[in-house]
Amino acid sequence: MKNTTVKSLFSLKKIIYVVLILGFVTAVAAPFNNSRKIIQPATETIAANTKIIDPVVDKEKTQADKIREKESAEAFNEAYKVLMHPRCMNCHPSGDAPLQGDDSHIHTQNVTRGKDGKGVYAMKCSNCHQKENIAGLNMPPGDPNWHLPPANMKMVFQGRTPAQLAAQLKDPKQTGKTLQQMLKHVEEDHLVLAGWNPGEGRTKPPLSHAEFAAKFREWIEKGAVVPK
Amino acid sequence: MINLKVNGKDYNVDADPSTPILWVLRDEIGLTGTKFGCGMAQCGACTVHLNGDAIRSCITPVARAEGQEIKTIEALSEDAIGKRLQKAWIEEDVPQCGYCQSGQLMAAAVLLKAKPNPTDNDIDLGMSGNICRCGTYQRVRKAIHRAAAMK
Repeated sequence: MKNTTVKSLFSLKKIIYVVLILGFVTAVAAPFNNSRKIIQPATETIAANTKIIDPVVDKEKTQADKIREKESAEAFNEAYKVLMHPRCMNCHPSGDAPLQGDDSHIHTQNVTRGKDGKGVYAMKCSNCHQKENIAGLNMPPGDPNWHLPPANMKMVFQGRTPAQLAAQLKDPKQTGKTLQQMLKHVEEDHLVLAGWNPGEGRTKPPLSHAEFAAKFREWIEKGAVVPK
Repeated sequence: MINLKVNGKDYNVDADPSTPILWVLRDEIGLTGTKFGCGMAQCGACTVHLNGDAIRSCITPVARAEGQEIKTIEALSEDAIGKRLQKAWIEEDVPQCGYCQSGQLMAAAVLLKAKPNPTDNDIDLGMSGNICRCGTYQRVRKAIHRAAAMK
């Protein structure tokens, strides 16, 4: 009887020690959890850890982050519809020849990119493409700087999934541009805008240029999230 | 009035700025060696040089050539490359009906200037925009190689 009492007292002590140690560890660990949260928000691991510290506040923050990320990805998916439209993609081909038409066939004359993206020999873009569109059905569209991306920075859209294209567009090594410069290209480059003035016989992208640029801006401002 | 320099000569032509260079050359100046093929930059028959580039004159507005230098097939043989091409074309007996040939030659001259010893691939890249309905492509290729070897 006495033995049993001593034993259970001993077990009780053990439990108290364990609880104290746990409390101490949690108190020491808490600041680390906080600092980690600032560096990389909203991964699954952090979300689980932060619950222990302050379930209410942290859950809210994570939720806001998650919404922002979702909106960024959704904005990209909208912009993607324009990026993959023939008026945009035809000059961002996977090969070295530009594409033509809504079926994105290889450009007639088998035109080639060349080093600077402006064609080669007797097959320079500007030999046919003038500063402005030529009037008439399916006549060559124009722009003062008609070209493909250069050979050292091909900026391929053709065949890219939304995730692949988003990852590519935010990688300066693959674009030669910061995201801000990329946004400027999308918002202001007259060759980009030429997609919305395609000349007779060509369809326009599914969004207006203003809508497209706004989606692209939203994607970047909400974190340039790569959609799943 | 639009001021043009064609084959080294100055011309003042009274034409609408949007008139294709081709019609100014043929109808105003009287240089009919440059041909009208498709009228939409698809075939290459109308190729002339504008400041050394092989532009398609059937769609290029004459305003673009204001104060610039145009060279047509009539003056091609005035330089060394043109002379060699002319000789090679005769030796290979390239033309059949001949309609596309002035365009072929103007394109070939631009190719040889940029690439004095072109490979078959260079010839494909530079010449695939000049269409020949008689199918003289093999002789065009041979003649370009021959002209390149003449130096």
